[in-house]
Amino acid sequence: MNGLKLGLAAATAAATIGAATSAFAATEIQFWHAMGGGTTGEKVAEYAQRFNESQDQYEVNAVYKGTYTETLTAAIAAFRARQQPHIVQVFEVGTASMMAAEGAVYPVYELMEATAKTFDPDDYLDAVKSYYTTPNGDMLSMPFNSSTPVVYYNKDAFKKAGLDPDNPPKTWEGLVEASRKIMAVEGNPTCGFTTGWQSWVQLENFGAMHNVPFATKANGFEGVDTSLVFNQEPFTTHIQNMQDWQEDRVFVYGGRRGDPNPLFLTGECAMLMNSSAYYGSVKEGAGFDWGIAQLPYYDSVEGAPQNSIIGGATLWVLQGHDDEAYAGVAEFMNFLSSPEIQLDWHKSTGYVPITNSAYEAAKDEGFYKEAPGADVAIKQLTMDEPTEYSKGLRLGNFVQIRDIINEELEAVWSGDKSADQALDSAVNRGNELLRKFEESVN
Amino acid sequence: MHKRVTYSSVWLPYLLVLPQVAITLVFFIWPAGQALYQSVLRQDAFGLRTEFVGLENFIDLFQSDRYLDVFLNTILFSAATTFSAMGFALLLAVMADRVIKGASVYKTLLIWPYAVAPAIAGVLMWFLFNPTIGFAAWALGGVGVEWNHYTNGTQAFILVVIAAAWKQVSYNFVFFLAGLQAIPRSLIEAAAIDGAGPGKRFWTIIFPLLSPTTFFLLVVNVVYSFFETFGIIHATTEGGPGGATEILVYKVYKDGFVGLDLGGSAAQSVVLMAIVIALTVIQFRYVERKVQY
Amino acid sequence: MVENNRMLTFVSHLVLVLGLLTVALPLWIAFVASTHGQADLIAGRIPILPGAHFMENWGTAVTSGLKRAGGVPVGLMLFNSLVMAIGIAVGKIAISIISAYAIVYFRFPFRMAIFWMIFLTLMLPVEVRILPTFEVAANLDLLDSYTGLTVPLIASATATFLFRQFFLTVPDELTEAARMDGAGPLKFFKDILLPLSWTNIAALFVILFIYGWNQYLWPLLITTDENYYTIVMGIQRMVTVSDEEPRWGIVMATAMLAMIPPVLVVIVMQRLFVKGLVEQEK
Repeated sequence: MNGLKLGLAAATAAATIGAATSAFAATEIQFWHAMGGGTTGEKVAEYAQRFNESQDQYEVNAVYKGTYTETLTAAIAAFRARQQPHIVQVFEVGTASMMAAEGAVYPVYELMEATAKTFDPDDYLDAVKSYYTTPNGDMLSMPFNSSTPVVYYNKDAFKKAGLDPDNPPKTWEGLVEASRKIMAVEGNPTCGFTTGWQSWVQLENFGAMHNVPFATKANGFEGVDTSLVFNQEPFTTHIQNMQDWQEDRVFVYGGRRGDPNPLFLTGECAMLMNSSAYYGSVKEGAGFDWGIAQLPYYDSVEGAPQNSIIGGATLWVLQGHDDEAYAGVAEFMNFLSSPEIQLDWHKSTGYVPITNSAYEAAKDEGFYKEAPGADVAIKQLTMDEPTEYSKGLRLGNFVQIRDIINEELEAVWSGDKSADQALDSAVNRGNELLRKFEESVN
Repeated sequence: MHKRVTYSSVWLPYLLVLPQVAITLVFFIWPAGQALYQSVLRQDAFGLRTEFVGLENFIDLFQSDRYLDVFLNTILFSAATTFSAMGFALLLAVMADRVIKGASVYKTLLIWPYAVAPAIAGVLMWFLFNPTIGFAAWALGGVGVEWNHYTNGTQAFILVVIAAAWKQVSYNFVFFLAGLQAIPRSLIEAAAIDGAGPGKRFWTIIFPLLSPTTFFLLVVNVVYSFFETFGIIHATTEGGPGGATEILVYKVYKDGFVGLDLGGSAAQSVVLMAIVIALTVIQFRYVERKVQY
Repeated sequence: MVENNRMLTFVSHLVLVLGLLTVALPLWIAFVASTHGQADLIAGRIPILPGAHFMENWGTAVTSGLKRAGGVPVGLMLFNSLVMAIGIAVGKIAISIISAYAIVYFRFPFRMAIFWMIFLTLMLPVEVRILPTFEVAANLDLLDSYTGLTVPLIASATATFLFRQFFLTVPDELTEAARMDGAGPLKFFKDILLPLSWTNIAALFVILFIYGWNQYLWPLLITTDENYYTIVMGIQRMVTVSDEEPRWGIVMATAMLAMIPPVLVVIVMQRLFVKGLVEQEK
């Protein structure tokens, strides 16, 4: 009894002292992120804690604010009320909106110059960096979590069908053939492949890998007067093919984002095209031998395959705080981009290493021998020097445009529209939003 | 509708309504005014550039086929939800009224879904109807229905109706049961002596006598399905596939909160407010009439 | 005498039991899911009977499950939900009963204007006007506080309306008698009207408690300090993981934990709740 009381008293005293020190010394830095209740959320909290323990000048407060959308909206609402955080994590499709908000964002390259931090933007992978830099190469936001779509495939099913499980198909033609062979075998998956994040995987990355424009003006990098152009070859043929493949279940649609993953994990579909970030989930959920392959391409399209583009998010700094706090922000960002943190982040999640030094460190450590396939994503991202069509996309109102694309593609999958009709409609509706954005910026 | 006997005081009534009025002004009228103002502006998300555009946002809205589709969806959704929630509840209430013994046990066991948060109800339904891992989808597959609400708009629509109705059945049940129990036994017995069977008794005596309750529930259910089903749709279909389950409230949220199109979203809020006012007046008129008799 | 048909009684029970099972199915599946491991759930084995992971999932839900989702212990989130739910319920009832009293028992200029203004707030949900409301709350410095969680949501007129309806049914003779005894308006309110209103207050308490408990979007916007997070937010954040599969077992265990308090309130207070509501309609 007395022991307990003593313990309590000690704990209270410790808490008081702890609170007192931090109240005296530290400048608080608000960091709003969208890394939810899994490994990613744990890791972000851990990094903030490690940073706080590594020095006593700044106290980073990492706050989870919901999904990417909710986080961005919360930050914008807060900005309008002048209560904005220092750092906010924004997904890649929000890039154009953030860029257009001059006066609200504090570009990272300016921040690094002003605080004179040693910061080497060239350490970042080209495919990552190019998505977030101005035409003259200035980095606007700090890359943090990046992924790219890959193919997860069921090796057991490949074996049963007499296919080489270590040599997955490289082209769409090969993938369809393999699907049919797999489905012909009794007891094998009854569906060839499924896909998540359909706009990102089957249109945006499809365009990059075939080196064709998704939108004019270099996919929007060269101006807000860009227009969508994915209602032509090879997009139309591809989407029409996918609709046709549904007939004999070579392709089955299973919903947006990660919703189709169970189709693969239950062994119903032999292949899954989705973000490399699902590496951990697949590892945990698949009760069979599986592997990772690069996204397929059409051999007939000249220039394919080109590197794929990234998804994920970066950290944006918001205006309206004092220099003292910004010095802390710069320091925290340097801490996050250190090879040590980046390597740990890459290894514990399915995100790709975004700096060359982290990638080298992972190779040196022999990580890819332990976790075979974990380097497919980064190899696919870095297979080539990015072209103007494979640097990424910079489109205003892109969140809504993706929603429109989802709607129109779903109309294709349900047989209500042909690929031509749906893509035309998506382009027209999307262009209206692009014009709206253009007007709001000018 | 007025009291014959009233008090008179110059300051007391104002003092009594003050807290309510203050909070309404600050947290409702002010934001609503802002929404009204926003609806004639075009503004970027951060509020850095603002331009007055008059009624352009409204014109855009009513010229878009999508918005009219959403309007239709809303009406259909509201009708389907109200009908199934009330029909199912009435069936159960009639049965519970018959058995007398155990009626209160059934009531206790039926009342709890009312307390479940829409956001949680949505998660439960998402899980139950997931085409690959959901029990309901699996069971439907067993009887030959291939359930995939990701591609099938009709199935998605059925899903949101089920989810929305599920939460509302308990509320309706409570009211119907109370209404039924208030009907004098003697009336029913008299009809039975005249040789009216259970079915005939229900349609000629019970149902007409229940009509005040039914009308009240109708209004409540319509309001519920119009405005309070946001969380359910958000957690199950997000308005998909292809907008098949998008309703007005959800679109306001999506365009404003997700799309950051503040002007367009504010214009929709204004339209919704107009609908709210209309519904309020209808409900008010009805209740007012009832109190008078 | 109404026929006492055994067959009919049996059918009634059958329909009721089937109805009960239908209504309870989602809850049962949630419970079953909360007793299985992640691999079973995402690999689509569709369990219909409880599994062996009950302690593991519920243990994680209670101790560290929610910690992963932002470092907030579940106890604190339940406490915050409780503060929010009770704050909203009590606040709404308090300000509504006095304003309804003023509107019914006094004649004064702008009476109807005030009534209509309150009335219009009846139905418009917070979600629809959430951004401007947030700006107002932020301007008043209400972010990250219990005041911010509760007060803006008190601006709704359901309770005022219900009290007004009830007061209109209170016989005028009572008021006259009180006046003869020399009771002023405040004494009449306190000694006569308030005691008569207890059933209504209880009914409203249940409704408003649940309304407050179930809020999601508002607390998400208004709080950045984890000490103010609520339990419904906690569940949503466990479901909306970025680029991962939700941990369904733990999600379902937490969802059930979050349901317990409001369901208990409804069940324990059901007699009052039903009585208060239904009498309103007579």
